[in-house]
Amino acid sequence: MLEIKQLHANAGDTPIIRGIDLSIKAGEIHAIMGPNGSGKSTLSNVLAGKPGYEVTSGEILFKGRDLSEMEPEVRAREGIFLAFQYPVEIPGVNNSYFLKASLNAIREHRGEPTLDAMDFLALAKEKMSHVEMPSDLMNRSINEGFSGGEKKRNEVLQMLLLEPALCILDETDSGLDIDALRVVAGGVNLLRSPERSMLIITHYQRLLDYIVPDYVHVLADGRIVRSGGKELALELDQKGYGWIEEQARTEGHE
Amino acid sequence: MANSNPDIEKLTGEEYKYGFVTDIEAEQLPPGLDETVVRTISAKKEEPEWLLDFRLKALARFLEMLEAKQEPTWAMVDYSPIDYQNVIYYSAPKPKPELESLDEVDPELLRTYEKLGISLQEQKRLTGVKVAVDAVFDSVSVATTFKEELEKQGIIFCSFSDAVQNHPALVKRYLGSVVPYSDNFFATLNSAVFSDGSFAYIPRGVHCPMELSTYFRINSAGTGQFERTLLVADEGASVSYLEGCTAPMRDENQLHAAVVELVALDDASIKYSTVQNWYPGDKNGVGGIYNFVTKRGACRGRRSKISWTQVETGSAITWKYPSCILQGDESVGEFYSVAMTNNAQQADTGTKMIHIGKNTRSTIISKGISAGRGQQSYRGLVRIGPKAREARNYSQCDSLLIGDECGAHTFPYLEVKNATATVEHEATTSKIGDEQLFFCRQRGLSEEDAVSMIVNGFCKEVLRELPMEFAVEAQNLLAVSLEGSVG
Repeated sequence: MLEIKQLHANAGDTPIIRGIDLSIKAGEIHAIMGPNGSGKSTLSNVLAGKPGYEVTSGEILFKGRDLSEMEPEVRAREGIFLAFQYPVEIPGVNNSYFLKASLNAIREHRGEPTLDAMDFLALAKEKMSHVEMPSDLMNRSINEGFSGGEKKRNEVLQMLLLEPALCILDETDSGLDIDALRVVAGGVNLLRSPERSMLIITHYQRLLDYIVPDYVHVLADGRIVRSGGKELALELDQKGYGWIEEQARTEGHE
Repeated sequence: MANSNPDIEKLTGEEYKYGFVTDIEAEQLPPGLDETVVRTISAKKEEPEWLLDFRLKALARFLEMLEAKQEPTWAMVDYSPIDYQNVIYYSAPKPKPELESLDEVDPELLRTYEKLGISLQEQKRLTGVKVAVDAVFDSVSVATTFKEELEKQGIIFCSFSDAVQNHPALVKRYLGSVVPYSDNFFATLNSAVFSDGSFAYIPRGVHCPMELSTYFRINSAGTGQFERTLLVADEGASVSYLEGCTAPMRDENQLHAAVVELVALDDASIKYSTVQNWYPGDKNGVGGIYNFVTKRGACRGRRSKISWTQVETGSAITWKYPSCILQGDESVGEFYSVAMTNNAQQADTGTKMIHIGKNTRSTIISKGISAGRGQQSYRGLVRIGPKAREARNYSQCDSLLIGDECGAHTFPYLEVKNATATVEHEATTSKIGDEQLFFCRQRGLSEEDAVSMIVNGFCKEVLRELPMEFAVEAQNLLAVSLEGSVG
């Protein structure tokens, strides 16, 4: 699904990613953990193609194709979905209208018929029940006046509707209380399938209690310094990141 | 000559003719402005003496203003001086060249029409292609049906010239009663030389059963350079009037100085909607219409209401302040505006709310969008007179910037002479956020669709004031006008 080879990337003019190799197969869930400033969010932005983030060397293959020449909207239509850490508000743009436009842009790209308003609403209603989202949120402006939890539910709702091939969750757990976390994770788990991969970026282990990963990688200073199974997350939770960073520094100097 | 505007010069140069030339193509006077020109226009239209007097008084005043160089310079717009003695002041609506099929029309224009969702028949009409016979019959019968229905209710809706001939008493009573001939430089010019326009009178207690629109007067739709519109709603009457065309009109006139006067008597209400999309000039700012318009409504009666809604996306320069004089107690004035400038367009637009009566209320919602190198200003005056007890105003001016080369400016003027008044003003300026754009694109929308969606969201409070079918076209228009503004 996703092959990252010797990736170096800048945010603006600052080098952040300093050589990442990562391979995610269809059906796998990978978690990326790491301290603040380690490059987690930069990695997700680079994958989604956010302007201002530049690959300086290495390559990213998605379904065997080089991502670097693809516009962000093309990546999205090809099946890359980024659930944002801080979902933006867009005043005056109706949530339901936006989601329908988004879904139809993607369906069109896949060669599927677009949905009319009735079909869309029926589908949206079903998906909303999975994230326990109040129906009035559909008729409000995108994320405007939504609580933190509602914004994240809205992100997961979009993911459920768009059915992407690769879901990237950028600190989706930040700012969520335990109930909201359970609901959001429940929505994500519905999407687990042998055809779909996930990259879960998180600072804390607790999200991984609900969305259990196949692999855990620790990012420090723009590099993956350790990889392991789900138990690595627990170890990090107990010991913190300090020891790994320390280890990375010594290894880096050898 | 060094002072004169090269575009006008070019136009007038091309069309320069001596005396009246009457042929199938056009009928026009030589360039220049003097008493003979004004008398000729008036005679041409077989106008009564009082109207000629009105024109002559305006002419005298205009020539004084011209002499004293009183062309307004306070607006934030920049253009080369216009040589008013080198403009043609009378040119009968020229039939557009007849084309055999749409293949002969500028494909760029057709592409735009398509994006606006304009029907093929309508495209043909706009571009001057001979419309099929059945369609002509169609539109004729449609027009007639409307006319009969309106007449049944006593509503008068006709061209200004027809009104002068057939309803002189009404015209005489109200013409210049809201915008006097000496009001301002451009209104004075219009008062001297106005060619034609629209007139509507809604009698007492009648609610006009349909949206009145110049669109339905297809025959006289050829908009003149100096339009004059007069709308009167008698006691308890109501009307909604639509002005303009959502398709880009490649009008060859450079200078437009129109005047619109509205009068609402006791309990009457007038809703006046404009979608203005005159030719804005090319990407480098060459050509385009100078739209210098005076629009004003008088809420003369108690509990009367006048509501202006405008979507301004065209013209090289827009200078326009639709205003309300709130004379009657408890009268209501509203101004909802979206103005967009792209490329080299300039707009200085806003409103005036003059509170005179007690318990008068006004609302101003202005949304400015600048893209490219566009510059625009909101300029608004709220005046609360000494007798306007408990008057209330709410103003909201929001600006949206797209890119780094454009500008937005806000000039709110406030004069409050009654301590019981409540006046609120809110203003915001924002840029289309990179985060918003990226979010939309990450969900599969193209950059263009994303911008258009964000802009429409920004304008929502105004667009929803437009009549339904107009609102859809206005949304498309905003998208078309923004093309190429990002990326």
